[in-house]
Amino acid sequence: MTQTAGALLDVRGLTKRYGGLVAVKDMALNVHAGKILGLIGPNGSGKSTVMKLIMGIERPDAGSVRIDGTDVAGWPSHKIARRGVGIVFQHSRPLHRQTVLENVKLALMPDRLTYLFADPQTDARARAIATRVGLGAVLDRRPGTLPFADLRKIEIAKAIARDPQVLLIDEPFAGLTATETEAFSDLICELRDDGRAVLLVDHNVKSVSRLVDRVIAMYIGERIAEGSAEEVMRDEKVRRVYLGGSIETAARPESSFRDAATPFLAVDKLNVLYGKAQALQDVSIHVHAGEFVSVVGLNGAGKTTLFNAISGLVPYAGDIRREGTSLRAASAAAIARGGIVQCPEGRELFTDMTVRENLDLGGQHLPAGESETQIGWLFELFPILRERQKQAAGTLSGGEQQMLTIARALMMQPKLLILDEPTLGLAPVILEQLSRALASLRQTTDITLLLGEQNVTFALPHADRVYVLEHARIVWEGEPARFAAEAGTGYL
Amino acid sequence: MRSLSTAHVLLISLGVVVLASFLPLGVSGYILGLLTVAYYFGVFAMAWDLLFGFAGEVNFGPTFLIGVGGYTAGILDSLYQPPIWLCLVAGAFAAVLGGVVLALPALRVRGPYFGLTTLVAVLMLQNFIVVAASLTGGEIGLTVPDVISISDRVNYEIALWFMAVSGAILFALSRSPVGLILQASGQDAVQAGALGFNVVKHKLAAFIISAFFSGLAGALLVFYLGTASVTTLVDITVGVQIIIAAVIGGRRTILGAVLGAIFLIAMSELLRPLGDLSNFIVFAMALVVVLAFPAGFFGLLTRTKESA
Repeated sequence: MTQTAGALLDVRGLTKRYGGLVAVKDMALNVHAGKILGLIGPNGSGKSTVMKLIMGIERPDAGSVRIDGTDVAGWPSHKIARRGVGIVFQHSRPLHRQTVLENVKLALMPDRLTYLFADPQTDARARAIATRVGLGAVLDRRPGTLPFADLRKIEIAKAIARDPQVLLIDEPFAGLTATETEAFSDLICELRDDGRAVLLVDHNVKSVSRLVDRVIAMYIGERIAEGSAEEVMRDEKVRRVYLGGSIETAARPESSFRDAATPFLAVDKLNVLYGKAQALQDVSIHVHAGEFVSVVGLNGAGKTTLFNAISGLVPYAGDIRREGTSLRAASAAAIARGGIVQCPEGRELFTDMTVRENLDLGGQHLPAGESETQIGWLFELFPILRERQKQAAGTLSGGEQQMLTIARALMMQPKLLILDEPTLGLAPVILEQLSRALASLRQTTDITLLLGEQNVTFALPHADRVYVLEHARIVWEGEPARFAAEAGTGYL
Repeated sequence: MRSLSTAHVLLISLGVVVLASFLPLGVSGYILGLLTVAYYFGVFAMAWDLLFGFAGEVNFGPTFLIGVGGYTAGILDSLYQPPIWLCLVAGAFAAVLGGVVLALPALRVRGPYFGLTTLVAVLMLQNFIVVAASLTGGEIGLTVPDVISISDRVNYEIALWFMAVSGAILFALSRSPVGLILQASGQDAVQAGALGFNVVKHKLAAFIISAFFSGLAGALLVFYLGTASVTTLVDITVGVQIIIAAVIGGRRTILGAVLGAIFLIAMSELLRPLGDLSNFIVFAMALVVVLAFPAGFFGLLTRTKESA
């Protein structure tokens, strides 16, 4: 299984410490030409760090990284890149003032200060590469005007422009639709067939299982399993790390809420336009006091727009009423002070402040004693935050940051808490902790929750009622139990 | 701007410069003198834009480079009176050297610390000039024995064509592959590195080029004014004016910086009758421009062109 002879990428004994924390411990992996290796692990497992160590973005404390026989461990990343390693970052930051074509050309340029006039062949090569990855129709557009999938293609075009022997791809399919994922998979297979060694870094085995020849699973900095996708999925340890116990919470019938006549929140025929694009069309929803409502929809369906309208952040036509009173005239600040608090998708923590300071900030308006009690309660809800109290928020893992965001919102003692895609990019083990916290909120408090999700398996157990938002419109409303049968296609 | 090729922009600019070279036929020596200073300021601002607009490094100390160049040339002249061109070369060279000494450690620190480092460098230079008064003339200023010319017209033409050549070089550089790599390095150094670009090397080169033009322009300005003083070359206020000129002219445009510099000098001249209030008004106007049109004059100009 682990032949190392002749591997294009051969990593051994790789170790990285951050202060006392061992992020990567004695990792070994190798990828041969024309093969794809999947490196998977939940958040905080160290898989991204391994990728950065290979690319030279971080310096390893020990171990070797051999590219076609040459040990490049500890080299600066531009030298490693020139040895034939390319990386496709998950988040792209293209040059916004340049066109797609110019962005690809950038990657074709040599690292020489004397290179003042672009080779005429550069243009043709850039065009060919951009066309190959499927950007042919948008060569002269600016990145800012393109959808997310095209930005990913720019990244991959830049990476292959340098013709790397070893290609590292971080979360290849994050944020892509099913069709886009398929196109992207085909492209990755083509690159493999060119004879490159490909390393896919992802959360789940499942998302990369169709592509990979082998998979290595990581947990807390160490390798816990290796084998084919099927073998790794069957692995005891992997299953334990990934699959928690199932959560059982029964939906409460709508008739059990007392404010049937004037629900706590009523959104009536909401219309929002972004320029010419209709972001929301005649959307009507209501949420009773104490009710947990999920709005399910894929990327771009309009969930965030709906929440932003409720929070008073975007102008709209139609009406939004809280306990019968229109919120139209209220400012965003007044709405938040009144107890409608939104946890935005972007998290927006103060990353340089500690966990505790972030929480204290959320509880500014509370009397000192009450703030203390509230924090104590939140630490019971999210025990990990108690351990991380003194750590800067920016150093937390994605899942921990999400918990802190929710905890900070709860410090404001909201009546209605709006969570916009809390599970975005989180590993199953974190989902389970979040799930437990939400279940506890539902059972022990009278808080009202509006949850926006595309992860149906997370959204359903926490909902008394579910709305499905599709292309700016509400297309389904009902109890979670009926969802699978009536609206589940395409989500499960 | 995108619709115009580099060659087109240079050609149009050349036309404007040629027109400007006939100005001495029609305007007074006083106005020529103002424009001469404005042109040198234009070079300062363009050199600064290369660092900020392209390499993404906020240099709060453009006057450090200018001061090192100007004072080196001036002191050399006052001590040994070598040919003026030698003083100019020495000034430019000293600024480059000073730039490297400043940039090497400064480029290692990230974010606001780079700016802070450059700011402290200005304060140190300012203090050094005051302390080493026997060499530098201290707070009173250094009088240089030689000037390039006493003719307003000659000085005007030198400044104009120096600015034109500097502008052409800096602009062409910004549009070259190296300019593109610089922008990428400024925007996302990690990604630029992963694409195989030595980010530190490119940023250092930008710093050296910026220092060269700043130092040379500083030295030329000293030989035009006949004096070097802290208040005209080094003071933080001068640095802020350069930054404002570049920003209101249009970030990442290089040539916009010249418009900004001429605007600033023309405004403070027009408002001179108001006395101390004039500076306040100029800065307030600059603030309005920065807040209302962050793309600057040049950005405004090119936006209307694009929509047309």
